[in-house]
Amino acid sequence: MSIAGGKTHTSSDFEKELAELRRMILELGAKVELMTAKGMESLFKRDSSLAERVMSWDDEADALNAGINDLCLRMMALRQPTAGDLRLILAGVKVASSLERIGDLAVNITERVLELNEEAPLKPYVELPRMSEATRLMLRESLDSFVKEDADLAIKVVRSDDEVDTMNQQLLRELLTYMMEDARNIGRCQRLIFVSKYLERIADHASGVAKTVYFMIRGGFPPKRAWKKQLPPKRLA
Amino acid sequence: MNLAAISASPETVSRLLRRRKRDLRGTLFTVVLFGSLIVAMAILATLLFTVISGSLPTWRDRSLTGFVTAQMSADPHVAGIWQAFYGSLLLMVFTAAIAFPLGIAAAIYLEEYAADTRLTRLINANIRNLAGVPSIVYGLLGLALFVKLLGGITGPDVEGRSVIAGGLTLGLLALPIVIITTAEALRAVPIALREAAYGVGATQWQVIRHHVLPVGAPGIFTGTILSLGRAFGEAAPLLLVGGITTFFSVGDASFLESLQGRFSAMPVLVFSWSRLPQEEFRALTAALIVVMLLVLLLINGTAIYLRNRFEKGT
Amino acid sequence: MTRSLGGGDPARMPGVGPRSERSGVAALFELEGLSVEYGSFRAVDGIDLSIGSNEITAFIGPSGCGKTTVLRCLNRMNDLIPSARVLGAVRYHGVDLYGPQIDPVEVRRRMGMVFQKPNPFPKSIYDNVAFGPRVTGFGGNLDELVEQSLHRAALWDEVKDKLHQSAYALSGGQQQRLCIARAIASDPDVLLMDEPCSALDPIATARIEELIARLRGHFTIVIVTHNMQQAARVSDNTAFMYLGRLIEYGGTNEIFVNPRLPRTSDYITGRFG
Repeated sequence: MSIAGGKTHTSSDFEKELAELRRMILELGAKVELMTAKGMESLFKRDSSLAERVMSWDDEADALNAGINDLCLRMMALRQPTAGDLRLILAGVKVASSLERIGDLAVNITERVLELNEEAPLKPYVELPRMSEATRLMLRESLDSFVKEDADLAIKVVRSDDEVDTMNQQLLRELLTYMMEDARNIGRCQRLIFVSKYLERIADHASGVAKTVYFMIRGGFPPKRAWKKQLPPKRLA
Repeated sequence: MNLAAISASPETVSRLLRRRKRDLRGTLFTVVLFGSLIVAMAILATLLFTVISGSLPTWRDRSLTGFVTAQMSADPHVAGIWQAFYGSLLLMVFTAAIAFPLGIAAAIYLEEYAADTRLTRLINANIRNLAGVPSIVYGLLGLALFVKLLGGITGPDVEGRSVIAGGLTLGLLALPIVIITTAEALRAVPIALREAAYGVGATQWQVIRHHVLPVGAPGIFTGTILSLGRAFGEAAPLLLVGGITTFFSVGDASFLESLQGRFSAMPVLVFSWSRLPQEEFRALTAALIVVMLLVLLLINGTAIYLRNRFEKGT
Repeated sequence: MTRSLGGGDPARMPGVGPRSERSGVAALFELEGLSVEYGSFRAVDGIDLSIGSNEITAFIGPSGCGKTTVLRCLNRMNDLIPSARVLGAVRYHGVDLYGPQIDPVEVRRRMGMVFQKPNPFPKSIYDNVAFGPRVTGFGGNLDELVEQSLHRAALWDEVKDKLHQSAYALSGGQQQRLCIARAIASDPDVLLMDEPCSALDPIATARIEELIARLRGHFTIVIVTHNMQQAARVSDNTAFMYLGRLIEYGGTNEIFVNPRLPRTSDYITGRFG
């Protein structure tokens, strides 16, 4: 059942504005998800032109975020929203901000990709594709939980963050051994460490989106331990 | 035609906004209303003119005060209206003394205290009916009740037909009117005012005394004084109850004796004089009517004055 | 999925009730099964709630939901309507106001009431405030009492030089503040307000809302309003009524940010269905 109760607002203009807000959030979400995916693809395929294209998309992401902020401000000033509408609008602002940061991080990844592509590849990528996949799943599911207003899915996304953190730690240890082996690896290892870090931050933001969505649906946060319960490790598709 | 839709030049707009066809029905309606007013005014004017012009012979010979204070007499050259004038005055006093306290109290009870039961509604309906009962019926009631009752204490050869009986009868006649107008005035007091008074913890009596009555006072005054004006002009009941004599002397009688004895009143005098053959009495009758109209004017004027004073005061 | 509420008494869920229940503030009024019938029409049906001492409780709901009727039960004003019948109990300091020995006049002396349209008496400003104390046998300094009441109603400065002018010479907002002064003159502990600002312009409304906020610690205030934003601004607790029933009752913040029942949410957000 929707937080709006399934009925439509007496003002159809307001109803349209809320629908527009949801649409813009999803559009921004799709955009930054694509930026993340293509950014990682540009790394795996060593495709610098793709990386540059990803960078150019950041302006659109920023514009969408600004548009969402304006829309939410206007709705708060003019409509005096309460209850579910109020939580949706507040969530809209916070989620857009998180998504915009994800876009910036995707750009950061492509900056490192451009640098890496000037040198020979260090080793076949094993960890990073898995991390990338997990992160993208988190992002997609957090946006799904927003659309479907599914609090359980939101909790699942928050719990998944641990996996990505673990993978990041593992990659760091592996790259450390490479750096200790041969000093000429340090440059490329450093950049890869950054990429991993950025991915991990993207996952954090996706988790943040999920938490905001949970607050939007439930009107409060659950006790800390609910986020943390250990699930059996999921097999990544 | 939507003026915004067409390209509206000033000429087009002013043409469209000008009145199209003549509003026949409206004009006709206005004419009929005005005509009715004219007719009503004409009738009143005729009446006034007839009366005033008819009374002129009297004013040539006597002054107003002279006419009023002169004793009644069979001789038209000296006849005045004093006993009738004095009688009417006494009757008004009696009427007021009976109808005002009883009527206002009854109205307060009916409006403020009585529950809305079938009995109450029946009583209210009956009072309304009583206000419309022909005044001669009140005369019959007065005859049967007061004349018989007072036979003992009234003077010789009057058998109860005294001013007291007349006053009681007129009082009864005015009573329903007082009740109805007072009840209307009380009903017109806004509920918001009563609620405000109850809200600060006043009892029902306090609410009525401090708020309802003062606010309703203008209406009550108007109603009671107008009922007095109505009673003043009634001849029929008085004819039955005894105000018939054309001439009698009040001269040496004490106040008590004049209460107990024969009496007259101005409307009754009109009746009596109109049956006398002498031509001179026509002018006297007209003069009497003029005096009556002046008295009525005074009564109504007082009502308006008092109402205005109370409305300003609150 | 998301909502998990079934039946059960909406006003009695532990932990999320009105502020008074949570903070342990004493309840001044306890309504038990309160119902009101006008003839055969049941305007109020089975209300159970408690109103906390020295707090502001707002009643909201669409027209005809019975909120004014409930308010008028608190000071037995419904007694003035012959066809009204009150069932259930209204406990004030534990005593049922509709008990057989209770005198409605005494009840009303201890509660002040302010009405929708300002209704000062057609008397002077001074007499308006003094009337209540006078008829209830106030023995002290009337001048002081009038001044104090007008101060508390934030009206003293504007009228101190014209106390003996007619109350009708004041503006709408001033008249309403005069009515508030009148209501608090006899130092009641309860102030009942029936849509006090609905006949006023926005500035007058804001001043009265400010006044209500300042009166909060001294009186228990119950306010009926059809303006949801006003209830949100002014009250500590909000009760939502619909068709004579109490639908939801809780802290104002909870009701307006996260109401529990869909009907409450629909009404508050403007989705009337």
